[in-house]
Formats: sequence, structure tokens, C-alpha cells
Amino acid sequence: MSAPTTPVGRGAAARFTGQRLPRKEDPRLVTGRGRYVDDVQKVGTVHATFVRSQIARGRILSIDVAEAQASPGVVAVLLAADVNSPDHQFWHNLTGPDMTAPGRVLADGDVRYVGEPIAIVVAENRYLAEDAAELVDVEYEPGKAIVGLRQALETTERVHPGLDSNVSAEMPQMPIPGLQERFDGAAHTFSVRFDQHRYVCVPMETRGIISTWDPWTERLEIVISGQGVHEPRAFYARMLDIPEDRIHVVMGDVGGGFGQKIFPTREHHAVVIASRIIGERPVKWIEDRAENLIAGGHAREESIEIDVAVDEEGTLLAGRVNHLEDVGAWPAGGNGQNGAVGAGIFPGPYRWGGPGSVSYAGKAVFTNTTGQCAYRGPWMMETVGREQMVDVVAAKLGIDPLEFRRRNVIQRSELPFTSPTTLVYDAISPAETLEQAAELIGYEAFRAEQAAARAEGRLIGIGLSLYVEPQFGFGALGTEAATLRIEPTGKVNVYMSTGSHGQSVETTMAQIVADNLGVAIDDVTILQGDTASSPYGAGTGGSRNAAIAGGAAHAAADAMREKVVAIAAHLLEASVDDVELAGSVASVKGAPGTRTVSLAEIAGTAYLNTDALPPGLESGLEVSKRYKAPAFMFSNACHAVTVEVDRETGEVRILRYVVSEDCGPMVNPNVVEGQIAGGVAQGVGGVFYEHMIYDEDGNPTTTTFMDYLVPTAAEIPDLEYGHVVTPSPTPGGYKGMGEGGAIASPPALLNAVRDALAPLGVELTDQALSPDHVLALIERASG
Amino acid sequence: MTDVEVTLTVNGRARTVRVEPRKTLADTLREDLRLTGTHLGCEHGVCGACTVLLDGEPVRACLMFAVQAAGAVVTTVEGLSPGGDRLSPVQAAFRQCHGLQCGFCTPGFVVSATAFLAENPDPTDAEIREGISGNLCRCTGYQGIVRAVRAAADTMAADTQEASA
Repeated sequence: MSAPTTPVGRGAAARFTGQRLPRKEDPRLVTGRGRYVDDVQKVGTVHATFVRSQIARGRILSIDVAEAQASPGVVAVLLAADVNSPDHQFWHNLTGPDMTAPGRVLADGDVRYVGEPIAIVVAENRYLAEDAAELVDVEYEPGKAIVGLRQALETTERVHPGLDSNVSAEMPQMPIPGLQERFDGAAHTFSVRFDQHRYVCVPMETRGIISTWDPWTERLEIVISGQGVHEPRAFYARMLDIPEDRIHVVMGDVGGGFGQKIFPTREHHAVVIASRIIGERPVKWIEDRAENLIAGGHAREESIEIDVAVDEEGTLLAGRVNHLEDVGAWPAGGNGQNGAVGAGIFPGPYRWGGPGSVSYAGKAVFTNTTGQCAYRGPWMMETVGREQMVDVVAAKLGIDPLEFRRRNVIQRSELPFTSPTTLVYDAISPAETLEQAAELIGYEAFRAEQAAARAEGRLIGIGLSLYVEPQFGFGALGTEAATLRIEPTGKVNVYMSTGSHGQSVETTMAQIVADNLGVAIDDVTILQGDTASSPYGAGTGGSRNAAIAGGAAHAAADAMREKVVAIAAHLLEASVDDVELAGSVASVKGAPGTRTVSLAEIAGTAYLNTDALPPGLESGLEVSKRYKAPAFMFSNACHAVTVEVDRETGEVRILRYVVSEDCGPMVNPNVVEGQIAGGVAQGVGGVFYEHMIYDEDGNPTTTTFMDYLVPTAAEIPDLEYGHVVTPSPTPGGYKGMGEGGAIASPPALLNAVRDALAPLGVELTDQALSPDHVLALIERASG
Repeated sequence: MTDVEVTLTVNGRARTVRVEPRKTLADTLREDLRLTGTHLGCEHGVCGACTVLLDGEPVRACLMFAVQAAGAVVTTVEGLSPGGDRLSPVQAAFRQCHGLQCGFCTPGFVVSATAFLAENPDPTDAEIREGISGNLCRCTGYQGIVRAVRAAADTMAADTQEASA
């Protein structure tokens, strides 16, 4: 094993990073004193609600708003003609202007999915707004809805009438010289298609916004439940063609996002435009749960066809992948194509046959359903497919799936390793996490137990899943920034470009700053989510926080430390090399009992007694640093799970669930494990309980929590964790890991069920595994 | 719709509000009494984010009208902390055990867990999971929440023992 060469934090001086510190966020949140968007109650607020399409596809023949407009308390009823403009631009910094689906705010002339907003109704309170919305009369001429991947490709009808196909984005197979020969010459080739059903983010707080237009200063004030503030500001500056500096966006506490809140959506746009039309009065829209489930953005409806070539020993020689995804009518953010990311990530933790041994094509199609949005590891179908394929191939060859992975997994001695898709892994440990997970779950012992259980007719199984989790450090996602200010009292305010919506940023970034600066953690406050003070950044998402925002916090703290030490040295009449700064107190190394100066004294000098500063040193204590991350960073994990399937009821019970992960040194292990657990719970939900179902006419049928089943504490097992620590070249050696739990858990669970059902000859290639579906699989196999 | 006057006790104080008869208890607490800790996650009684104590029993404030709470004693999450910046044992345990991330569901869990432990001060882990299964959390995978309820039970048991010693 090569020893890590990256400097990690400040070694012995690291007092806060690595600790399971309770969070700074918590006192306000556990007492109900958080401030989510709906908690902001501005004087004069009016409330918006939407009239939404009841059909999936059709022409709008007429809209009668007369009764609604006369309804008590109504301020405005606005339609496409009032709100939509041909000049509107609909693109985001994160995605660029390349849009296929024609953007629009309210439905204009036709509707293209159930839930598409047709009218925005604004009234003195939400009850009155909903009363009025019910009075809006829309007449349709229904058309035949296009529902499902295959239908979108087969039909001659178009989701968007102006386009010549239903393909939203396409990335064809690249002709790789020699690839076909690898298949032709292989001992075995296999081809399997895996399907995944639609499931959704479900943040516990729905979407929401308050928008106020001040016609006198011509400024737009926005409070949003989002994942960052700069994307909405840039978006609305473009959309409305008003200068960016006239828009102020803030977010307070945010009740989860999981990708759904990265981009402002058409409902947000309608509210912003309505506020501009109405003027002066804050217009608030708080989505209800039905709206969130029906129209808040969907995900995961994908299909992946994988061909692999292997030799007699089960060595993976080559792969060819076709990835198909349903992006609904208007995918959030742009065209939607997870395949483009999947193409790079698919080889994962395995060697394959070296460069040129894997090719990948992606196709995304429009349907008359709610648009696809980002959901925690949006490209995860590549891992859902790959890890299931590994188990299927291993079974065909009669090799245990653990052994199969051992033969193919990249070893540490092979690093840096260039993947078949040319990604360079420099600091991953898939082999170690595989062994650690296998040991923690007692893999060999379980196989023995399984043999005994099978002899009794019981169906128990074990599933593994390996994953290399990318963090993207290029383009709009490449940088984050921190402005660090030590106030004259010695308190440290750090203004960050993050947009925390549950990621514990106020705590983890304070841990990094406190250690690197040498101050008490109670003296550090992290401030974010305000375009007036936060430096520009993409916000929080994409597993980028620890590595990229952490890099900015490191850089700002290091620069500030230099300045503070320079002042301290001058005050202590010592050399800067002899000054130690710890716990907000500067002293001379190796001279205990001699004079010390506190950070408050140093800060006081910097602002209030500037003639006492070292000659030439800038007064005040403020630094801004922007960190540019490497283009790619990688963490990795192995999930191992055991299940028992009840052959009578079809119910699957999770027996044990182990995750071994490597995200480098952990800033706060509680936060790391919390992120893993949340992701795993979403995977458990997705595989067994959550299914956003459309009927053939394009009607969503799971529109409440009575039908769309989010798992409770009774369904999620105790998780067991193992940690492998391989520092990355980022400051502190940190790696992102926020998405992996949701990506690696579905295939681990599916593999466990596949293993449990193996004695019955069940072929498992689709989900969701509700009890009736499991029973159907068993019946089909025995039929 | 004609407003009606409703008097109820909220977090130990007598409060009178004028609301439409159709206004939910949750909206009344949030808008009229500015107690915004009671959150609305589904408005159809499944997620539990709006859980409050009504005469000591946990109820979904989204499924009740304020007028139905006339004369009742209501405790919201804001009323559970013993004052100042101190936390109740359940609140402190949620913090200690990393029982929350985004915090949106947390008030409902804290209220539910408080009621659950009042009913069953010495629960098994299975009883804890069952006891909080009426509340949904999307961030934590329930790991820290289950640990928090266990820790709170232990703290409260130790406090009781100390008090009786």
C-alpha cells in the first residue's frame, strides 16, 4: 500500500475536525425556532395557488376566470397571456443555454402533463386563493397521452408539437476500434436489460417562494426554499431582463431538497412575474404535498441494457451500455440526460479490459408526464445496472459475487488508475471497502447460514454493491468561495457560497475554520444563503460540500491565520515562526507563562488601533478566497445487505445493512454517517415502497402519502458502518459523499433479493419490489 | 365566512384568536399565534410534522380546525423547552444523537417522542421504532432519531431516579 502523501489538516492541532460534534444548527431547529420560507410572514403578503391541468395532453379550448376574479379576496388571476413573454429566457448558469424543450411559464394553448400550471390565482390568504382557483373553468379537447419510454420512441405523436421527435437528448455509441473484437473473442458474453420505476425526491418541506417587487426602487426581493441563492438570481435577471444587482435572493432554513430545489421552476417563475405585475405586496407560494408529488419534479424512470464480455475466470473484458431515460415533458434545468454522466462513471470500481473496453450510449425521451429533476445521484442507473449485472454474470458463471468482485476490483497498488472512460482514480479504495463490508456482515458465515435456511425452505439472501462516487469540480461546479471576517470583538464570521438544506454546513465548515485558524469553534459563525453577502457559488448539491466549500474554508482560514499571526508576533515582539494560535489565543511557542494576546485584542488592534499594526500590514481582518477544485474527485463505498423474503406474503425484511465507505478524513463522522443513512433510506424506499405511478392516460395515481409510500422508522434497519480513510489531494484530504448512499443501496438490495430468490429460479430485472410484485415474480418462475 | 372567536391555552398562556371556522389548528398556530415551529409537510395527516399535544395527547394539527381546540390545552414544540436557551431531554437527545439534518420534520418528532415516552418511559428498540412510525423523516434514515429517543428515555429515567433518591 502506498502511504498517503497529502497533508491532512493541521495534525495534532486538529481539535474540531474529525470529532462527532453536535451541530450549531440544532438548538433553533429542535425548539421550532428555525426559519423556513413559510415561517417568513411579511406584512401585506398575498398568497398564490395554481390551476393545474387535469389531463396529460390536449388543447385548451377556453378558460373562464370571471367567477374566480369576483371571488372574495382575489387580487389577481393571471393566465399565459398575462405572464408568458416570447422574450423570456429559461436557462441556468449550471446548464447553459442549450435547451430543447420550449420553455414556458403557464400553459398556453395546450397542456402537456397532468399538473401543468394553467393559471396563477393570488388572493389575500391561501384559503381564498384556493376557493377562487376552484372557480376557474378550463375546457379541454383531450389528446392521446404519450406515457412510458417505449411509447415515446414508437409513436408518431410529439410531446412538443414543434419538435421533430420525442428525443430530448441523445448520445450515440462511439465507434471504439476493437470493441466488437473483444466481444467476439470472449469466452462468454451476456446481455441483460434492467428497468427502474419512477420515484421522487420528497423533501419534507415542499417548494416555496416569496417574491416582492418594489416598483419605486425597481428591486426584486426573493425568499426561496432552495439549494443556493445565486442560481435563482442569475436566472431571474436573465428571464426578466433586469440587472442582476437589482435582485436580492435569500434562503433561510430549508427542509431538504435532494436535487429537486436546485433550479427555480415554472411555478416559481409565475410567482415572480405575478409579484412584478401586482407590485409592492409580497406574493407567497407554498406548495402543498399533492402538488409536490404530482408536479414537483420526478426521477429514476430509466432502463439500461448492458452487454458484457468475460473470460472463463470471470474477468470483465468489455462492456457496451444503452441507457434510456424518461425526462417527462419539461425536465428541470435543461434537456435532462443522465446518460452523459453515466457514460463516464459506469466502469466504476472495476478494471474491465483497459482503455477502449467500455462504450455507453444514452437517450432521453419526452413524455406527457411531469419533468425529470435531479435526485441524489441523478445518473445512478449506471450503478443500479452495473452492480446487478455483476451478480447476474457471476451467477451464470457459477462464481460467488464476492469472489467475482475480488477478481475485477481495482487494487490500491494499481493507483493512479485510468478507467476505460479515461477518468483517473487517484485516491480510492474499492478493494478495501469490499473486504471491510464483507467482514462486517460476516459474508462467509452468512453463506453457511443461508445453506441451512434454504434446506428449511427459507429464502434469505445477501447483496453487495460497489460504487465510486464522483464529485465534479469543473465548469459552473468547479469553485466555491469563503469570505472570512474577524470582527473587532474577535468573533469570526464566515460568509460562504453554500446553500445548506440539511447538510450541517454551519457546523462542518466551522470545524474546518476553527482548526485552520486556531480559534474556538464557538467563536465561528457560518453565514450563507444571501446574495447580498454570500460570495458567488453553485450552492449545495452534487456531493461537493466537504471537498470544494471545505477547500474555500481552508484557504480563507489559512490566509487569515497568516495575518493574525503577523499582528500577534508584532504585539508579542516575537518572530512569526514562534507564534502559536490556538483556542483564539496567541502565545509564544515554548515559552509558557509569558505574555499572550487574545484574538479580540488582535482584532481590536487591526480595526481600532491601526497605528500599532506591523508596518505595511493592511488594517482590518477580512479575506476572501475562492477554491478551484480538481475536475474530478472520487469517494467510494461498498454496501452489503442481507434480507429474508417471505414466500407466502412476498414481503422482504432487511436483516442487516452494512456500509463501508471512504470519503477521506471525516470532518464530522456524525454528518458522514447521517448522509449515508439518509441515502440508504431513500434507496430502501425506492426499491420496496416508493412508486410514482401513471395510468395509461397519463394520470398520476399516487398523489398522497397514503399511496406514495415513504418508509418510516419501522421499515429502515439499523445501519452498521465501516470507514476506510484515503485522503484525496483536496485541502484536508476531504471527499464528497452525499449521494452515494442513495446510489449504491438500490442494487445492493436488489442483489440480496435476487440471491434470496435464486433457488426458485426467479429472474429479477425490474422494480419496485412491492409484496405483490415479489409474489408475481415467484409465481412466474414456478409457473 | 364569518370569523369566530376561539380561546385556548397554548404553551401555558391563554390565547384568543378570531379565525374562520374552516381554519386549521396548524394554520392558526402558525399564522395567528406566530408559532411557526409546527410544520406542514403533507396537510393530510400522514407525515406528522404538525404534531402538537392537545390536552397531553399527540394530534395532527393539520387535521383539526382551531374551533375544535376551543378550551383545550395545546403544547407546541416551542412549549417543550424549559425556557431560556435550555432544551428538553428529548430536544437535547436529538441534538446529541444527530437526530436531525434539515430539521423540518423535527418538531413533529420531538412532540411525538415526548408523548411516546410519557406513555412508555422504558421502551424497547422495536417499541421506539413503532412509536415514532407515525412521523416521516427524509434525511436521517431514522438512525439518529431512534438513538435519540433511547437516549432521552435513559436521561429521563436517570433524572427520575435522582429526584426520588
